[in-house]
Amino acid sequence: MSRIADAFGRGKVFVAYLMAGDPSLAHTREFILEMERAGAGIIELGIPFSDPIAEGETIQGANLRAMASGTDMRGAFRLAASLKGELSAPLLFMTYANPVFAYGYGKFFAECAECGVSGVILPDMPFEEQGELSEHADRSGVDVITLVAPTSGERAVRIARAARGYLYLVSSMGVTGARDEIDPGVQARVSEIKRCADIPVAVGFGIHSPSQAAELSRFADGVIVGSAIVDIIARNGESAAGPLADYVRLMKAAMDAAEPE
Amino acid sequence: MNHKAGRFGEFGGQYVPETLMQALGELERAYLYCKYDRKFNDELDYLLREYAGRPSPLYFAENMTRKLGGAKVYLKREDMNHTGSHKINNVLGQALLAKRMGKTRIIAETGAGQHGVAAATAAALLGLECEIFMGREDTERQALNVYRMRLLGAEVHEVRTGTMTLKDAVNETMREWTRRVSDTHYALGSVMGPHPFPTLVRDFQSVISREAKAQILEKEARLPAAVVACVGGGSNAMGAFWHFIGDGGVRLIGCEAAGRGLDTGRHAATMAKGRVGIFQGMKSYFCQDGNGQIAPVYSISAGLDYPGIGPEHAWLSVSRRAEYVSVTDDEAVDAFYRLSRAEGIIPAIESAHAVAHAERLAGALPRDESVIVCLSGRGDKDVAAIARYRGEDIHE
Repeated sequence: MSRIADAFGRGKVFVAYLMAGDPSLAHTREFILEMERAGAGIIELGIPFSDPIAEGETIQGANLRAMASGTDMRGAFRLAASLKGELSAPLLFMTYANPVFAYGYGKFFAECAECGVSGVILPDMPFEEQGELSEHADRSGVDVITLVAPTSGERAVRIARAARGYLYLVSSMGVTGARDEIDPGVQARVSEIKRCADIPVAVGFGIHSPSQAAELSRFADGVIVGSAIVDIIARNGESAAGPLADYVRLMKAAMDAAEPE
Repeated sequence: MNHKAGRFGEFGGQYVPETLMQALGELERAYLYCKYDRKFNDELDYLLREYAGRPSPLYFAENMTRKLGGAKVYLKREDMNHTGSHKINNVLGQALLAKRMGKTRIIAETGAGQHGVAAATAAALLGLECEIFMGREDTERQALNVYRMRLLGAEVHEVRTGTMTLKDAVNETMREWTRRVSDTHYALGSVMGPHPFPTLVRDFQSVISREAKAQILEKEARLPAAVVACVGGGSNAMGAFWHFIGDGGVRLIGCEAAGRGLDTGRHAATMAKGRVGIFQGMKSYFCQDGNGQIAPVYSISAGLDYPGIGPEHAWLSVSRRAEYVSVTDDEAVDAFYRLSRAEGIIPAIESAHAVAHAERLAGALPRDESVIVCLSGRGDKDVAAIARYRGEDIHE
């Protein structure tokens, strides 16, 4: 069983996103381990890109800070390698197509495998374009995580059937960033996918409060939180570890207390 | 050319967030239907003729030709279109298409403001809401066009992310489209972005070469030696090249902005200095660093100040059907002055890049040959900026 499947085998998963090198790679390492201790079951590690078109202002800011601190693909791989053995939660990379293309698909996925990176999320590489990656990803045993959006319609089932690791269900329209209202249609979309495919479904985009996490945990396998975490890091800088741990504990407790559907 | 849908060789594709995939599919289906629909084409032809003022003249620049002493220079006068550039050809098509799809709102990016003005114009005409995204660098360079868009009823958003120019305006328009896609059409302004945009924008702009080919055959009874056009994203060039692509004897030449010079790092010469990458929905050539970060680019011309190029141009270049050359700010400004004085035509600073190269080319060709230059837009918008470039402080 893969590490990602393992993580979902242990109950509802809190998936934590943060940006590598915001404010420094050493701090990112500390934050990751602290969040795991507080209950994060999967870590999505952002690698900065100059033009992150799927991101709202909060994560755009993290991209800028990480680039300013000199973070690049090599730095992200060094960080991943340094966590090997110490981090038991699966580590995924989340970035855009061009930094990976520039690095070279073959080299990128081989290094992912070497450094213990379990999966890769590229929000600007939809299902139909993933063919150019899959040969390299498969050879290295790295899962390419696919996203499904509220607008995916009939494609959702096709994507879910081919999905690896988990399915990243985009909660609502728009870019990343905290929202007060999560589209009520999300529950129906999760059930539809669950009917057709045997794949864990984690919901992301806009989720920040314990009540949202609890509500989604009634029917989804995981909850993905990015902007709220990035915001805690932006506000607390180098001393974000404590506030991050408090936040993750709060979210995980809300998820564990949720009544299943 | 035999290509997979949406691909030009390895270039093109649909590298966008999942949220937009459905909208791109819907657009592709609507476009394929309309492309062969008599009523749609009649409506578009009517607007191009009665509203935009087509066909645009193919003007023999006799004074300029005499000075150069070589091939005859013909100017395809897209500057004479309503709103002053070729951009109207595309937006009329896309606005009609948006209406056919039941959309009530269009959004668009703009660099120099030419596409924004054209989009706002088409929206006003066809009763669509319109919002324009424009980098703050450009709202400052092109303040008059900002007011023009507002006058036409559009809302203009100043983009303050990244380099605050055209590429950032595209990012922001894509982000806005993911927020609100059901009633909104993204009227992309160039032959770039995800499929089907490169194809549909090229088709709407191909009216340029359809007319130009008939006009040159009527005047010269032979094909031109070359067609020359400026290239940012590349829509006027794709339109000017399209009907000549099958005519192997006609050289197709795209002119990129070399800014302060190719070796200064201050340019926007994608084919000369860029590498293959994936950005803003397409695989194509981009100016980028070794880590795949998109590079800041520079040109005196806001319309050419873009780090990428449409995927079909990338294909025309690698398949050697078209050539791409670079023209500096200085060369473009000199050509801007020379054309103004020789012919009484003030070209857009974008188009002046093509004029500069055509002058080099025509002078070296025999007199019985001809060269067509796509004069993509008029230069009224640039007069104050060019005066400042030459050290005169003029305010609009």
